[in-house]
Amino acid sequence: MALAQAKLDAAEARLAGLDLPKGGWSAAARADALARLRAMGLPGKRDEYWRYTDPSTLTTASPAGAALFDAGDEAPLFDGIDRVKLVFVDGVFDAAQSDDPAAAGVEFLSLAKDIHWAKGLYGVLEARGQTPVERPLAALNTAAASEGVLIHVTGSAAKPVNLIYLHQNETSDAILHHVIKLDAGAEFTLLENGPAAARFNKVLEVEVGDGARFHHIRAQGRDHERRAVTHIFARLGAESLFKSFTLTANGVLTRNEAIIELTGDDAKAHVAGAAVGDGDFHHDDTVFVTHAALRCESRQVFKKVLKNGAVGVFQGKILVKQGAQKTDGYQISQSLLLDEASQFLAKPELEIYADDVKCSHGSTSGAIDETALYYLRSRGVPLRQAQSLLVLAFLAEAIAEIEDEAIAEDIRQRLENWLARHES
Amino acid sequence: MALEAEDQIELREGVDRETIETVQAMAGKYKHGWETEIETEYAPKGLNEGIVRLISEKNGEPQWMLDWRLAAFKRWQQMEEPRWAMLNYPEIDYQDQYYYAKPKSMAVKPKSLDEVDPKLLATYAKLGIPLKEQMLLAGVEGSDEPRKVAVDAVFDSVSVGTTFKEELKKAGVIFCSISEAVREHPELVQKYLGSVVPQSDNFFATLNSAVFSDGSFVYVPEGTRCPMELSTYFRINAENTGQFERTLIIAEKGAYVSYLEGCTAPKRDTHQLHAAVVEIVILDDAEVKYSTVQNWYPGDEEGRGGIYNFVTKRADCRGARSKVMWTQVETGSAITWKYPSCILRGDDSQGEFYSIAIANNAQQADTGTKMVHLGKNTKSRIVSKGISAGRAQNTYRGLVSMHPKATNSRNYTQCDSLLIGDKCGAHTVPYIEVKNNSSRVEHEATTSKVDDDQLFYCRSRGMDEEEAVALVVNGFCKEVLQALPMEFAMEAQSLVAISLEGSVG
Repeated sequence: MALAQAKLDAAEARLAGLDLPKGGWSAAARADALARLRAMGLPGKRDEYWRYTDPSTLTTASPAGAALFDAGDEAPLFDGIDRVKLVFVDGVFDAAQSDDPAAAGVEFLSLAKDIHWAKGLYGVLEARGQTPVERPLAALNTAAASEGVLIHVTGSAAKPVNLIYLHQNETSDAILHHVIKLDAGAEFTLLENGPAAARFNKVLEVEVGDGARFHHIRAQGRDHERRAVTHIFARLGAESLFKSFTLTANGVLTRNEAIIELTGDDAKAHVAGAAVGDGDFHHDDTVFVTHAALRCESRQVFKKVLKNGAVGVFQGKILVKQGAQKTDGYQISQSLLLDEASQFLAKPELEIYADDVKCSHGSTSGAIDETALYYLRSRGVPLRQAQSLLVLAFLAEAIAEIEDEAIAEDIRQRLENWLARHES
Repeated sequence: MALEAEDQIELREGVDRETIETVQAMAGKYKHGWETEIETEYAPKGLNEGIVRLISEKNGEPQWMLDWRLAAFKRWQQMEEPRWAMLNYPEIDYQDQYYYAKPKSMAVKPKSLDEVDPKLLATYAKLGIPLKEQMLLAGVEGSDEPRKVAVDAVFDSVSVGTTFKEELKKAGVIFCSISEAVREHPELVQKYLGSVVPQSDNFFATLNSAVFSDGSFVYVPEGTRCPMELSTYFRINAENTGQFERTLIIAEKGAYVSYLEGCTAPKRDTHQLHAAVVEIVILDDAEVKYSTVQNWYPGDEEGRGGIYNFVTKRADCRGARSKVMWTQVETGSAITWKYPSCILRGDDSQGEFYSIAIANNAQQADTGTKMVHLGKNTKSRIVSKGISAGRAQNTYRGLVSMHPKATNSRNYTQCDSLLIGDKCGAHTVPYIEVKNNSSRVEHEATTSKVDDDQLFYCRSRGMDEEEAVALVVNGFCKEVLQALPMEFAMEAQSLVAISLEGSVG
């Protein structure tokens, strides 16, 4: 009982430090989220869902500071891609640095605007995603977010939209909530990158209509000290496609949750992640895929390379509901531990209530394959280079989930740069 | 399985006897659901300190044992029943149970098996467990070299008798009921009891620590290979009675023992509680094989009755190069909550876990293992086969933990689930914790249904659907069945067929 009360108290303490938005079109959705949060409380480290990641720094009333990071002469990510840039500085939209969203060929609104089509969507998928597992930090986000983008895609978008999160204040505490709706047959690519803030809480709700295709590629900054908790809530219509890839290179604490529901027949959802961590790094991928329709396919591919005490966590679940026959569910989580100090903690779960399904998961952990390393060295490849080559090969399966070759190449290049910097 | 005369039927052309036997085995429902009519002495219903004292007194225990129980009871009163397993059952009223039941004829402990109530002996004979030393377990009669198996038979709360005690004594092996061991070998019991599963380990183990009535005790001295297989057969007979047995096995340096455990209970409409604890201590170079065929009454098709089975089993591989192998066939019980574990403390120690869990009708099973690697170069292997049919829910839950100091260790886990029918569930909940990089951990899990092509092939050879499914399922379980001692393998194979009876079509 004491534990439950402590969680409720933590929620109140957190809320007390926030200036909650008042009124407006999303007032009812925010009030609902607030009630949800107050009933659940904030997570504690005794919670089963936070078994491997201590949520305390994500739930405190104010964030720990994070030094600003200078990317040096490395060109901004996605620079070579023809895209529409929308810039947020410490969680606040900066119109001056942003492109005109109209160029993307989508309907665009800011969360702060009054009266719009997102009224029936804001917070809806987040609320659905609260069962069977509670996600109080997402409810907190819905209740407290005053910034975010609302994108409505009616056809094939002209250009990808790139949300760029700049971090310029050492103690910023950003909360962003985005809603994206793809009508039937629409296609859209969302790019995200940047460290965002000292502490970042982001929710992305994506409604993918029948036959629509959604691509999501994000890179969570690099080598900075931020803490982040992100949630993607997606609902997929019949024959739709959802693809999400995340690259994480360092950062003190990252918890990425993806909650995906396949509600239309023949839909496909692929979620992938590549994480590289060196030193004080804790990275957690928590994925929950629900199959609630016929002949759907889901893939979860997560790879982590860890060194100098870095910790990688994977919690993935495939839930196949009764009647979701002919499901094809696949999940792989692998880690490469480059030294004795690093850790990999995994809980890959299957929960299946239909008999005509094909579901499998695999999880492995180990060091670099000595024979492969020996082979490369015997061919004259220097040790460091051979290691980098094998690390990239290890991550390749996750990167292969990116369909656009130019974007995949950009991500690959980033990884190579990172590995080169962290060779020793 | 030998056929009874009235069950003999003519062989069709092209169908071999094995097939017929499989079908016959399937035709039978739960075979051990009958009850022995015997006068039973009960302790008053409910659980309180008085009951704990009474059980201790009935067993003629020394003060230290009573104190140990009371400490556990005190602790248990402050604990909450765990609810994290994927099991759905109504709240258990711990006061609405008998914690001690003993056949009246056992009031004076029989000096030898000849003095045991014939009704009790008949019970075990009917179960296929002869309590006479000249007889051997069914199923091995035809083998060239008859193998002896020593049996400790536990009936409700008391041990009825232990066979081959003298012969074992010659080899230096102590095999007796735990109540006897507390009296006769207190130094061993005091040293090892609770050293693997502490009194306050978990809710059910703590309850067991307070009220355990009997169970088996095995001590294999240094360098001794136990001359025969040891086995304990648990039978719940009395109504509304919980069975709480405690087993303690100690294998000294270089010792070897293979231990078998079987369990059955009568059919009843009400649920009965079974909370056992098994502790195994394995020292340098010793090896213990522990095999279980759990066939408690599973309840009827609607989920009425059946045993609630909450079991804590743990082996502590304390010595270097020690080895433990758990093999379990879980076909019975309405609720199964069981995670036989291996603590791989000694360098180069090994743990293996082979499991078949079958859940049919309204059965629910949440079972798996824990492999805790603490020593260097430790190895573990997990092979789990879960089969769900009817409306049953079957969960594999396991932990593989590689401690930072457990360098160069290795784990391989494979859990496969098979679903028969569209109303059942199969779940996999593995926890993998790797804290060093020289160890390798591999985990694989698959879920599928009975393969249509295989079924079609069997049916085209003249089998009906149930036969075909039983054959495919037996094939699916083969890896685990092969790990069982022969006596059990045969029983287990036919159990697989029985448990799935009625699940097709």
